[in-house]
Amino acid sequence: MQVKLRVFRFDPEKDQKPRYDTFIMNVDPNDRVLDLLEYVKADFDPSLALRRSCAHGVCGSDAMRVNGRNYLACKVLVKNLNADTITVEPLLGLRVIKDLIVDMGPFFENYRSVLPYLINDEPLPADGKERLQTPEQQMRFEETTKCILCAACTTSCPSFWADDRYVGPAAIVNAHRFIFDSRDRGAEKRLNILNEQIGVWRCRTAFNCTEACPRDIHITQAIAEVKKAIITGKVE
Amino acid sequence: MENFHQYDVIVVGGGGAGLMAAMYASRTAKTAVISKLYPVRSHTGAAQGGIGAALGNLEEDRPEWHTFDTVKGSDYLGDQDAIEFMCNEAVQAVYDLEHMGLPFSRTADGRIAQRPFGGHTNNVTGKPVRRSCYAADRTGHMILQTLYQQCIKNQIVFYDEFQAMDVLIRDGKVAGVVAVELATGELHVFQAKAVVIATGGHGRMWEITSNAYAYTGDGAAIVARRGIPLEDMEFFQFHPTGIYKLGILITEAVRGEGGILFNGKGERFMEKYAPRIKDLASRDVVSRAMYLETRAGNDVNGQRFFYLDVTPETVNKYAELDGRTRPDGTPYRVTAEEIRSKIPDITDFCVTYLGIDPTREPIPVQPTAHYAMGGIPTNKFGEVVIDSQNTVLPGLYAAGEVACVSVHGANRLGTNSLVDLIVFGKHSGLRAAEYALGADFTPLPDDPTGYVREQIDRLRTGSGKERAAQIGRELRSTMFDLVGVFRTEEGLTQAMEKIQELRARFREVRVADSGKVFNMELMQTWELGNLLDLALVTTRSALERRESRGAHARDDFPARDDVNWLKHTLAWLEGDSVKLDYKPVVITRYQPKERTY
Repeated sequence: MQVKLRVFRFDPEKDQKPRYDTFIMNVDPNDRVLDLLEYVKADFDPSLALRRSCAHGVCGSDAMRVNGRNYLACKVLVKNLNADTITVEPLLGLRVIKDLIVDMGPFFENYRSVLPYLINDEPLPADGKERLQTPEQQMRFEETTKCILCAACTTSCPSFWADDRYVGPAAIVNAHRFIFDSRDRGAEKRLNILNEQIGVWRCRTAFNCTEACPRDIHITQAIAEVKKAIITGKVE
Repeated sequence: MENFHQYDVIVVGGGGAGLMAAMYASRTAKTAVISKLYPVRSHTGAAQGGIGAALGNLEEDRPEWHTFDTVKGSDYLGDQDAIEFMCNEAVQAVYDLEHMGLPFSRTADGRIAQRPFGGHTNNVTGKPVRRSCYAADRTGHMILQTLYQQCIKNQIVFYDEFQAMDVLIRDGKVAGVVAVELATGELHVFQAKAVVIATGGHGRMWEITSNAYAYTGDGAAIVARRGIPLEDMEFFQFHPTGIYKLGILITEAVRGEGGILFNGKGERFMEKYAPRIKDLASRDVVSRAMYLETRAGNDVNGQRFFYLDVTPETVNKYAELDGRTRPDGTPYRVTAEEIRSKIPDITDFCVTYLGIDPTREPIPVQPTAHYAMGGIPTNKFGEVVIDSQNTVLPGLYAAGEVACVSVHGANRLGTNSLVDLIVFGKHSGLRAAEYALGADFTPLPDDPTGYVREQIDRLRTGSGKERAAQIGRELRSTMFDLVGVFRTEEGLTQAMEKIQELRARFREVRVADSGKVFNMELMQTWELGNLLDLALVTTRSALERRESRGAHARDDFPARDDVNWLKHTLAWLEGDSVKLDYKPVVITRYQPKERTY
């Protein structure tokens, strides 16, 4: 099928303002949007800049806006879009550096702010083996372990657009992953961080994050669980 | 000097091996990681099915069995001292990961869950053993995340999105690394006492591959151009179950959970090739069986693919025929829900890319280029060794897929890549730090960035008669058709000629984008040059090895030849030619014997 691909372009060394380049191409409906961008680089304009690596939705490099919505370019197929014009733009809320590449610095800074690592200074089991955890305890936080830090959620969040000091959904998801891990002892610290002005209360339950997540994490629910833990003082 | 940095230890690469090395080196030495990707984007994250370790959580298992299975899986080309070391260390390595917080799937009694995997057996019964420790089907993702989390906790210094382009060596010692900062295009010089290369593999030279775009063999190519040999490059693993045409990996865990492979006639063809462990034979054996089935006209619709069937009806039917039981002795039976919970990501891939539910329909699969057994030669401490006498190059280390210890020999067992990067990542980091503490900085060469600038200038000033994208396409199809699962003298000779032609044409390429900020065209053209260098080494090594062993299958020399070829290849890249030498395999307890499954 023939599609019209419109791609956001901005070269900070040449351009005063962004533009859109249009490419008419014959594609397979099963092609990924990433494949289309690679066709552009191979056959039309090799200077197009984007991040990509695994090309099957696990590395999180190629989150971008496609027809106005956040996707991983490697996880959305042409046929899923039901459109013969496909517009590809960089994520919102982060500074555009070049073409589809945005500054991920603030995103990772927010991630680091929630202490995203296991905190437990208790002695290890005497036999040197694993700490025990039941399948039920493990399933309690399994969903939020799926996060690949692609930023699709955070950059779809109106509260983040309004103020990028808000830690954003991805950081809360990663806090959730530890708060509800039976082996972790850092919940109180993280809940205190998330109870601050730039924490969970900025979430207005718009559900954009849940819709944007390429890993199908129920992010809004995870945020609600963290809010509840703050209010009740209980991690359940 | 601007953009000058000094560290005791520089780690190049932010995947599993690099992060392990950095964590352990940083305990005693000033350490930084240079990575062309944000570390969490690394290809370790794509590993699915598990990490092998004889924990024995569900049934009897022993590190000696893991050792023997790995030796046998390597088709006796692995170095047995290193394999034994790795398999013994694996047990503690998995506990260490759990202690760092890795969210493993669990058994009913709260221990780390384990599942069967290709080539891993109970050495007494010969039957598959549950040895692969897993976190659903995203074990690599969880390892990468956990290690990155620990690096944050331990305040490791990262230079994210810095592409290493050269390793500086002076008077036979490491002096540092030159890298380009992608966001600015500026060159940086990192003077270092020790450098750990952990840049991963090079599967992007094949048309159908499970590998990330980033897998362009940068580290191996950088050191090869500096006169260091590469070991056993002819051995590249083709994983039998890549999604048809796309190459996306479908983990062996699907077969571990009971999935069965069928040919176009609806036959469970692996019965013919591996009567004892059938669908769970080693990857080289299964990929070769697919090729032979295709040649016999038994592929599906003559289109060179097969079906991997993990629908509950099929799983249960064959579990009954095989007499498969659960750990408590009850018959192994599954529901669609259980299958989805064991392989959620695979289910997601099938829905996204094929539009099918794998618990209802079989998955079309074909062999996909997956893993480099060969690479930078090291000993079991991660020290790079540069000749047939195993002479150490002071200060240079390598770990993970880019290295060749060799623990995988001619064919890697599933789950052992993760074992490799945890064990040797750690030990290379420890060794590098230990070395750095007792060493002085080696003075930098007079013009440390000279060679990098020369390479960049060449890419910017070519005639422009040739296009990099076209050369890349021709390279990938040549490698897939002629240097793939099966090889012949004629095909390899033809491939050599084609690669030389492509290398000549590559000199006529000109990068059009003259910018400095995120000049991805420049970087990716440079990466193609790396692949062209490694393709030459791979093909030349393969042409010379006149036998079939593990992943290197020669139609014209179908048998393994221990008399002449029980030895490692060492290949030096010398301009457009390759010089070869060989070194003996370390054999300790297991004398080579015929390999059947």
